Amino acid sequence: MPIIQTVAGEFEPHPDVALVERVRGGDVTAYDTLVRKYERQVFRIAQHITQNREDAEDVMQDAFLKAYEKLDQFQGNSKFYTWLVRIAVNESLMRLRKRRTGKMVSIDEDIVTDEGSVPRDLADWAPDPEQNYDQAELAEILRKTIQGLPQGFRIVFVLRDVEGLSTEETAETLGLSIPAVKSRLLRARLQLRERLSRYFHKRKSPKDQRPKAAGPREASSRAQRSKEQGLGESGSEK
Amino acid sequence: MKCTEFLALLDDLIDGTVNAETRAELEVHLGGCAHCEVVFSTTRKTIEIYRSHEIYDLPDGLRERLHTAIMARCKKG
Repeated sequence: MPIIQTVAGEFEPHPDVALVERVRGGDVTAYDTLVRKYERQVFRIAQHITQNREDAEDVMQDAFLKAYEKLDQFQGNSKFYTWLVRIAVNESLMRLRKRRTGKMVSIDEDIVTDEGSVPRDLADWAPDPEQNYDQAELAEILRKTIQGLPQGFRIVFVLRDVEGLSTEETAETLGLSIPAVKSRLLRARLQLRERLSRYFHKRKSPKDQRPKAAGPREASSRAQRSKEQGLGESGSEK
Repeated sequence: MKCTEFLALLDDLIDGTVNAETRAELEVHLGGCAHCEVVFSTTRKTIEIYRSHEIYDLPDGLRERLHTAIMARCKKG
């Protein structure tokens, strides 16, 4: 077997290497294994960037098809997963551009704000604060909060902290310098922390009710509250 | 160490990429600064929450449909 990469250890090739080699040899079932292994991650990344479910579905299909077609161009000097993520990010940005009728879309947009670079909310959180919400409420809080981040911060946070890419891999994937990734990651983390504080801080008295996230009976007030909190509505592009 | 210096190294502390000497300095600061302790613990919690909760679930039905479509196209060559 040719030496393509040694990411699992110095002498041990990553299991994906063998799968990629089999696909190159015409074994489609090996690609089936790779798709199953990474489809959730690709879908998640596409959702985070496009913020639209239909687009994310299309991106997922297109990214895997493109990766299959371009497999000969995969050099093996990076992990297959990182290479696939780069395709998924590019497909997602292309999809956004289509939605915006040809307007250029870049990961650098919307990052002029200094919000969150200096922590303001310094109240401590409740222990295990997520347990104060049910699963659906929590998911909505987390979605709305991350959707409110500038795109250039959001992508860095997702790749680095959610999908587990290294700083170097994130920089390579997004075509950014390592200092740029580090700077964006810090600001993304601090902004998310700041925004989540409104939901997770310790309650001082029974009158201090937590802000509700998604109760069906409050649908009418939800838009207004989101507006007040500077959070985008679910499903919006930005 | 000032709070701004602590903040500049916050990510390195969270990611475990500081050397022992710097870590010791950061921990001394944390021990005496309640504000930085809150920022540190809640930022770490923020990452943990996003890492451990699936907010864009791909239901099995949809997953299978997309998977089948991808593989059908690949098999066509």
